[in-house]
Amino acid sequence: MSINQNILVKLKNAGFRINNKSLVKGVSLQVEKGKIVTLIGPNGSGKSTTAKIALGIHKKIDGEVEKYTNKIGYVPQKISIDWTLPLRVNDFMVLTESLKNEIIDEALSLTGVIHLKDKNLGDLSGGEFQRVLLARAISKKPELLVLDEPVQGVDFTGEIALYELIKKISDELNCGILLISHDLHTVMSATDHVVCLNGHVCCSGSPIDVAKNNEYKALFGEQASQILTRYEHRHDHIHTDEGEIKKN
Amino acid sequence: MFDDFFIRALVAGIGVAFVTGPLGCFVIWRRLSYFGDTLAHSALLGVTLAFTMEFNIALSVFLISSLIALSLIQLQKRTNLPGDALLGLLAHSSLAVGLVVIGFLTFIRFDIMGLLFGDILAVTVDDLLIIWIGGALILLILKLIWKPLFASTVNYELAEAEGLNPDRAKAIFTILMAAIIAISIKMVGLLLITGMLIIPAAMARNISTSPQKMVIYSIIGGLLSVILGLFSSLEFNTSSGPSIIAAALLLFIISLLNIKQSIKLKN
Repeated sequence: MSINQNILVKLKNAGFRINNKSLVKGVSLQVEKGKIVTLIGPNGSGKSTTAKIALGIHKKIDGEVEKYTNKIGYVPQKISIDWTLPLRVNDFMVLTESLKNEIIDEALSLTGVIHLKDKNLGDLSGGEFQRVLLARAISKKPELLVLDEPVQGVDFTGEIALYELIKKISDELNCGILLISHDLHTVMSATDHVVCLNGHVCCSGSPIDVAKNNEYKALFGEQASQILTRYEHRHDHIHTDEGEIKKN
Repeated sequence: MFDDFFIRALVAGIGVAFVTGPLGCFVIWRRLSYFGDTLAHSALLGVTLAFTMEFNIALSVFLISSLIALSLIQLQKRTNLPGDALLGLLAHSSLAVGLVVIGFLTFIRFDIMGLLFGDILAVTVDDLLIIWIGGALILLILKLIWKPLFASTVNYELAEAEGLNPDRAKAIFTILMAAIIAISIKMVGLLLITGMLIIPAAMARNISTSPQKMVIYSIIGGLLSVILGLFSSLEFNTSSGPSIIAAALLLFIISLLNIKQSIKLKN
């Protein structure tokens, strides 16, 4: 048993290699109930690989991964579905778990695609499909959500709404979220813990700590750092554990 | 009732169609047509070994096909050869070895045409028991592994991430494929068994909008093919296997009309 009952998944110095080429190494992180952990980093920095290590998709790994839940919802970054399958949105929703109709409807409504329920999955646009993927992952009421760029291809207003939804889900279901995102604005506003990857962990901590880190600046540039500082300025209050708002 | 060879053939064919329907859908979805062919080719080796050792044919075919399937999985892991090359290698080498063994078996009168194309006259009451009991078992197991197998067919990583153990489902499915080939070889023959798996399922794909519907239409298509094929084989004195497959092809062609119509509707 873990000492901390809230831990859902824990990576200890984890890494993954293919043909002796390291994709990512030395990653230590943990996702707890109700917390959002975000992985950031340039292309090829091992974000998706790290998510797959946490999920147990990559099995022959270095280091250790400890999983304390089996109720997992996953939105992969790339999903190739063979259209030789006659698959409607409705069929896709119950892919890994049988669900009641009301629950399916509720999830599809939350992500704004209830009208597509009887449509063939192959006929959806990229953004619509992404919303269905997210609906499927949350409909299972998972304890751990792993979202690999969940809003790619979604229109701008939809993107903001979906990130708000993700934050809301994390609060309501008290589930832990491992999020991979390129959008630094959103990452920093909704995240409890940021892990900055570039083949290994460059730096990690609260969004503000990471933004001040020199390695982060080197990786994303001065401007990215300013996004966060600017964001910090908007914060003139803090939320206490009791849900009260206090002035800084 | 089972005294009449034709009734026996009909009952056998119907039993086979119930199983090839759902399995055939997975063959199409998972792109396993050539895998099915390879297993069927290796069945010849199974049959000859059954004759040499005076062993039950269905059981022998099942064991050899399973062995070939497992070797394929190992070869895929350990070599850098592409999947289709490995399939060809296993299919033709097991076929060749099977034919060589037949050459040695000069003391047995061998109905090789019946083996290749199916022989309704050869279906015995024992065969019926094997088909119906074996078939029921295959369907039961398929139902049990349906969720992980289907989920991993749609997307392997989703199934793996959400704890469905797709590797185990795949291994069990491979064994089921060997089993259906073993029990249906007398009906359709080893050259055509893959047709029985693919063609009704392909027909069903043309007219279905959901996976469940495709399975049901595939079973119906298989049943119609068997009934139509066997009656025409009786009428025209043709081999049972080719007649059944030809009937399935006819149904497939009819199902194409549905595609044209839906395209017209879209425009």
